Amino acid sequence: MTTQTKPENGQKAASLRRSAYDMSAEMLSQEIERRVLAVTVDNESGVLARVIGLFSGRGYNIESLTVAEVDHTGHISRITIVTSGTPMVLRQIVTQLDRMVPVHRVTDLTIEGPSLEREMALVKVASKGEARVEALRLKDAFRAHVLDATLESFVFEVTGSPEKIDAFVDLMRPLGLVEICRTGIIAIKRGAEGI
Amino acid sequence: MSDIMTGAQIVVKALKDQGVDTIFGYPGGAVLPIYDEIFQQEGIKHILVRHEQGAGHAAEGYARTTGKPGVVLVTSGPGVTNVVTALQDALMDSIPLVCISGQVPTFLIGNDAFQEADTVGITRPCTKHNWLVKDAETLAPTIHEAFQVATTGRPGPVLIDIPKNVQMTNGTYQRPTGKPHKSYRPRVKGDLDQITRAVELIEQAQKPVFYTGGGVVNSGPAATQLLREFARSTGFPVTSTLMGLGCYPASDKQFLGMLGMHGTYEANLTMHDCDVMICVGARFDDRITGRTDAFSPNSRKIHIDIDPSSINKNIAVDVPIIGDVAHVLEDMLRVWKARGRKKQSVAAWWDQIEEWRSVDCLKYKPSKKTIKPQYALERLQALTKDRETYITTEVGQHQMWAAQFMKFEEPNRWMTSGGLGTMGYGVPAAVGVQAARPDGLVIDIAGEASFLMTMQEMSTAVQYNLPIKIFILNNERLGMVRQWQQLLHGERYSHSWSEALPDFVKLAEAFGCKGIKCEDPAKLDKAIEEMIAYDGPVIFDCLVEKHENCFPMIPSGKAHNEMLLGEASTEGAIDEQGAALV
Repeated sequence: MTTQTKPENGQKAASLRRSAYDMSAEMLSQEIERRVLAVTVDNESGVLARVIGLFSGRGYNIESLTVAEVDHTGHISRITIVTSGTPMVLRQIVTQLDRMVPVHRVTDLTIEGPSLEREMALVKVASKGEARVEALRLKDAFRAHVLDATLESFVFEVTGSPEKIDAFVDLMRPLGLVEICRTGIIAIKRGAEGI
Repeated sequence: MSDIMTGAQIVVKALKDQGVDTIFGYPGGAVLPIYDEIFQQEGIKHILVRHEQGAGHAAEGYARTTGKPGVVLVTSGPGVTNVVTALQDALMDSIPLVCISGQVPTFLIGNDAFQEADTVGITRPCTKHNWLVKDAETLAPTIHEAFQVATTGRPGPVLIDIPKNVQMTNGTYQRPTGKPHKSYRPRVKGDLDQITRAVELIEQAQKPVFYTGGGVVNSGPAATQLLREFARSTGFPVTSTLMGLGCYPASDKQFLGMLGMHGTYEANLTMHDCDVMICVGARFDDRITGRTDAFSPNSRKIHIDIDPSSINKNIAVDVPIIGDVAHVLEDMLRVWKARGRKKQSVAAWWDQIEEWRSVDCLKYKPSKKTIKPQYALERLQALTKDRETYITTEVGQHQMWAAQFMKFEEPNRWMTSGGLGTMGYGVPAAVGVQAARPDGLVIDIAGEASFLMTMQEMSTAVQYNLPIKIFILNNERLGMVRQWQQLLHGERYSHSWSEALPDFVKLAEAFGCKGIKCEDPAKLDKAIEEMIAYDGPVIFDCLVEKHENCFPMIPSGKAHNEMLLGEASTEGAIDEQGAALV
């Protein structure tokens, strides 16, 4: 449940080369694929609006987006974007992002995998009696933590793949689910190499 | 002069260090400190336009003629919102512009202050990059960075928003450092392996074509020379997009004319039937490709472009080469020569092309009674060809006829709004061109409707003694709209004619220009000569045939080999699917 590397990522890396020179038959496919992009940018005013504006202005999908400064001295932020589209559209997304002035680097973690994906959620559950006990039991099964407790409620912190969080949230639903807050995905390459 | 100075002084000094000699602008409350510095200096000429959109297009005209960035200075709020059209126009046509805008003081930003607008927000999608400068210390480096971004890689417009208090507080002036940008580093040299692959394709080509575009102009004179050398030594046919006209001489027999929606029959069929397409600085725009799934179905495509995002955007290509046109062509030519200048015979291909050319697709029915727009432009071409002539246009039928009938031998002589298709572009662009080329003959080929959109700039032309000529092909119609309504909307001419046009001769006189009116084909030459000879701005009201359509035409949603050549071929030519396209 914690290992999130998808075996097919590695196979894709071999068949779809990284450069813009890539023009394999797969580029012409109309199949919608999901990608996780890591974008390092200058943490300057408006940079997130530029990235989001690119997606909305050109009609690209954003499934999730997270951003935070990762280098406080160099003022570099890392944006993790989960997007989907045909191979041609995905190539457009990468090149359009890459040509933006404050963008340092765009890495397609799905293609350049294997990579790890994680998401965190805060889940509030209010219940009594057996439901409350069941919620606590499931918390342990999902290796979640209790951040806050009252006599009739818990706030759980759960970390893992989006699928794991979906599963946890679904289980909490009949047990008094009140509120969910999710971070969106962050992702990093496996192994010693950085992006 | 100390390096400590006010923000406004920093702006002027930075512009001078960037080699700026002319700026186009309009003052207002939030840029008064900069205007005060402009008043107290020499070396930068300021041209006061009559509307900020005009400043933007004038700067575009200046940039396209000179190859240098055009500089615009406007105030906050409406000053900026008015220039948005020109910024988007420059973005679409890859024109280097640096727009400096005033902003309300930093302590009022977000306060709905008088003439406040979210300038960086509004202009973010219509600039290559923009900056809000909140500290005079960062002003000089930001301006230098702005020039670097605007002029390198794929050129484009940038905007620097400067709050009034930043203009008035002291900061340190810093000279341009010439250091590479920390994150923005466009690639100019093409990949040699790819270039070699391209040469291999060229060597095997039996039905080749050079498909050239505005990237050749933007790359500079060396690119033009290299393109000409390459084309001549291979003997391959050359066609050009609207933006690239002039890169290859129109009079050369290897030139097929413009391609695309209103391109020539021979150019479009050559594109459709070719086996190797060498795309040089063009971007497979929808006006060029027509129906993408039927676009040049049997060719292998080489694509040279400095912008990686242009590669495989609309059309999948076989050999993409990312780099500056001049650099790539130089390497390509060297590799081709080193491998022994190999090529296949293209004689049979030329026989085929000549057959298409013999159709004479630009022919029209002449008239002794009314001036045909095509005839007017043929005469204008004939009477201006031996001069240093610069042509700007508005947008519509007249623009397409101008592209077909005006013959450009050199780049930087043709300024037209290609990507955005901005009516009203031509008058201010002519102002900018004439400001850069005081001795040139600058003619805006216009329609009466487009002219009315920005005609106030005639006042600018008069003030600065810019002798621009506005050659209006007046059909009292929104000609291209009318043409589409005829072909696509059952001849229901919804709001496509002007029932209350001004008297253009009187209008010219009111502006302090010369007005000339002509409606007789027999008197046209004399009238054009009078226009050329007049030392000052002219509005030429050329009354033309009202219902002439622009052919050839590839209807929307059709392929290159489904061109309409004339009126007879239009019946039912455009289906419902095509009607939904633009």
